[in-house]
Amino acid sequence: MPNMSPKRTPMPTQSPEERCSNFNEVALGYSTEDAINEAKRCLDCKNMPCVSGCPVKIHIPAFIKEVAEGNFEEAYQIIAEASSLPAVCGRVCPQEMQCEGKCVRGIKGESVAIGRLERFVADWHNKTSKEKQKLPTPNGHKVAVIGSGPAGLACAGSLAKKGYDVTIFEALHLAGGVLVYGIPEFRLPKSIVQKEIDGLIELGVKIETNFVIGKLLSIDELMEEHGFEAIFIGSGAGLPKFMNIPGENLKGVYSANEFLTRINLMKAYTPDAKTPIKENHKVAVVGGGNVAMDAARCAKRLGASEVYIVYRRGEDELPARREEVEHAKEEGIIFKLLTNPVRIIPDENGFVKGIECVQMELGEADESGRRKPIEKKDSNFTIDVDCVIMSIGTSPNPLIKSTTEGLETQKWGGIIADSETGLTSRKNVYAGGDAVTGAATVILAMGAGKSAAEAIDKDLSNKQNH
Amino acid sequence: MFEILSKEHLNNSVVKMNISAPLVAKKAEPGQFIILRASEDGERIPLTIADYNRELGTVTIIFQTVGASTRALSRKDVGDFIPDFAGPLGHATDCENLKKVAIIGGGVGCAIALPIAKKLYNMGVCVHSVTGFRSSDLVILEDEFSAVSHEHIMVTDDGSRGEKGLVTHALKRLIDAGNEYDAVFAIGPLVMMKFVSALTKEYNIKTIVSMNPIMIDGTGMCGGCRLTVGGETKFACVDGPDFDGHLVDFDEAIDRASMYKDFERQAYEKDCNLFKGVD
Repeated sequence: MPNMSPKRTPMPTQSPEERCSNFNEVALGYSTEDAINEAKRCLDCKNMPCVSGCPVKIHIPAFIKEVAEGNFEEAYQIIAEASSLPAVCGRVCPQEMQCEGKCVRGIKGESVAIGRLERFVADWHNKTSKEKQKLPTPNGHKVAVIGSGPAGLACAGSLAKKGYDVTIFEALHLAGGVLVYGIPEFRLPKSIVQKEIDGLIELGVKIETNFVIGKLLSIDELMEEHGFEAIFIGSGAGLPKFMNIPGENLKGVYSANEFLTRINLMKAYTPDAKTPIKENHKVAVVGGGNVAMDAARCAKRLGASEVYIVYRRGEDELPARREEVEHAKEEGIIFKLLTNPVRIIPDENGFVKGIECVQMELGEADESGRRKPIEKKDSNFTIDVDCVIMSIGTSPNPLIKSTTEGLETQKWGGIIADSETGLTSRKNVYAGGDAVTGAATVILAMGAGKSAAEAIDKDLSNKQNH
Repeated sequence: MFEILSKEHLNNSVVKMNISAPLVAKKAEPGQFIILRASEDGERIPLTIADYNRELGTVTIIFQTVGASTRALSRKDVGDFIPDFAGPLGHATDCENLKKVAIIGGGVGCAIALPIAKKLYNMGVCVHSVTGFRSSDLVILEDEFSAVSHEHIMVTDDGSRGEKGLVTHALKRLIDAGNEYDAVFAIGPLVMMKFVSALTKEYNIKTIVSMNPIMIDGTGMCGGCRLTVGGETKFACVDGPDFDGHLVDFDEAIDRASMYKDFERQAYEKDCNLFKGVD
């Protein structure tokens, strides 16, 4: 019998009071019973609208059916056919805009909690499965993957499973890209990312850290001197954007990238951290995406008493995952919506003292389909803060573009790549993820990495036949 | 892992190390930097490359022990390994189309100025150099500078070695004596670079400075190293580290560099207490 409850099975979480003072994971995960209960809410629709909403086309009703019957390993195998990082995606995908957004149960109630079930299945597998991965037979082809974020990991994983000799080149000292420097521990425990990376190493993938492609070796040298037959560029979004308002270079103004890197990669929140972060009391985070929510919630955990999200559009336009917005609100983050900063105010020592904002109202829809925010005249007001975090996006990293002749990019810097295969303007050079699209989601990057892997395989296995 | 092949104290607080890093050595050029971590939980420390040997596969770093992290690095010995050593980062110094230059080094900045002097000297450029220190006990690389300069002046603030005075005095004298420089390279403390740039602006001589702001990733991701140059925001790691000294907003850079002063002092003192009696 299906479970006809209009409400989804609640996710056990740390209480807001408790979690505000630690970096442990907020959502604790379904119990076996929760998972089976929730899985029974799935109606197993024949036309599977949820699958159409999934960027990597996981066979969702099939895996949920296995969960409902308690066959968790079978469920995992179904997910693994399509997704390389289910424990990650179950946690960070914006499901309400993807699979869950299409779920028919969502019409007259809450959609099936597909993301939570995916997470449950992946965690269950990671906890219980002792089986070693089957090692593929090497096919003798060498492929280089640049960047070890979600796009690179997905691409490397898909190719390694087919027997390719894959080397990932990572600029930082630790692999994982945005999964380790960007997304905080309380939303995505780093042990989960490490487990995925260990899995790739087990498959034979080599990871070279501290290796800055474009500086240490160019794309051309990788191909001509080091024998790589194809290259996948997943170098991610790069330089943080600023608003170009007065005061952005004051002490106490961070890009979200810097703030989060200090915390997540360099562990600035731990007592013995060698990399510092200034103690902040009142913090304004400018922006409304997931990164802004992450920064705000990190600031809270570091002890700030007041944390504001300053966003120029309204609640409905917040690009962040619904769950993150809700969690942020529960944790006491103050949302200043329809608000835009005009300058940051210094104290006598050059530290941030406040942020002057102006109120906005929504006008006609712009080219992105969202209603355009317009300044309200004479509505300026000041919020007292000692820290401002700019979280308004990034533009692609220039290192590879500037050292690779013939690699075409968009005016704004994104690498031009075929939307199906990821092939760039250079032969045998593929690209995907934020380096191509600009800042987007983990799952889209993963999807791009996977499609590029398929295209590379098609190309190189043809080569073998000739 | 990157092995320390040699280690030498140039003065009480400045250490020179040769590191085995063949791939970095192969690509390194004067003006570029590396980022290292002295230990697995260490801070990422950006250091400008002081020298390199492509045949031996070595990169030379020269650093001053100013905080807990550089102090931890200075405790490492020959045969020890550095876990992370990434580079070469940033753009190389542009050495093209120059006939005569003045190279100004201040304090440990001399270590970064030297490879530029060396490269230009070997290219046949007429090199005049001025190196400045607070006092005689801090002097480094004197012979090395003399060897790659057609004229070398050393100054100290207190006159305990070389001429008494500031690098700007010596530079002004050289210019007033009729030397026509195509460019001046100034590398040292921010205040020194600021005043050298102010001086050369009066004479309208192109001036290149090497900026070393607070940095985390060093690859164009964190934005912590941003500077205002000619009214625009620039990132030292990917746009620099060399910039036109006449366009850099030095006052802002000086202010930003003080952001973590308190934290650094505390960490340094904690570290000193920890190692009291050890070194």
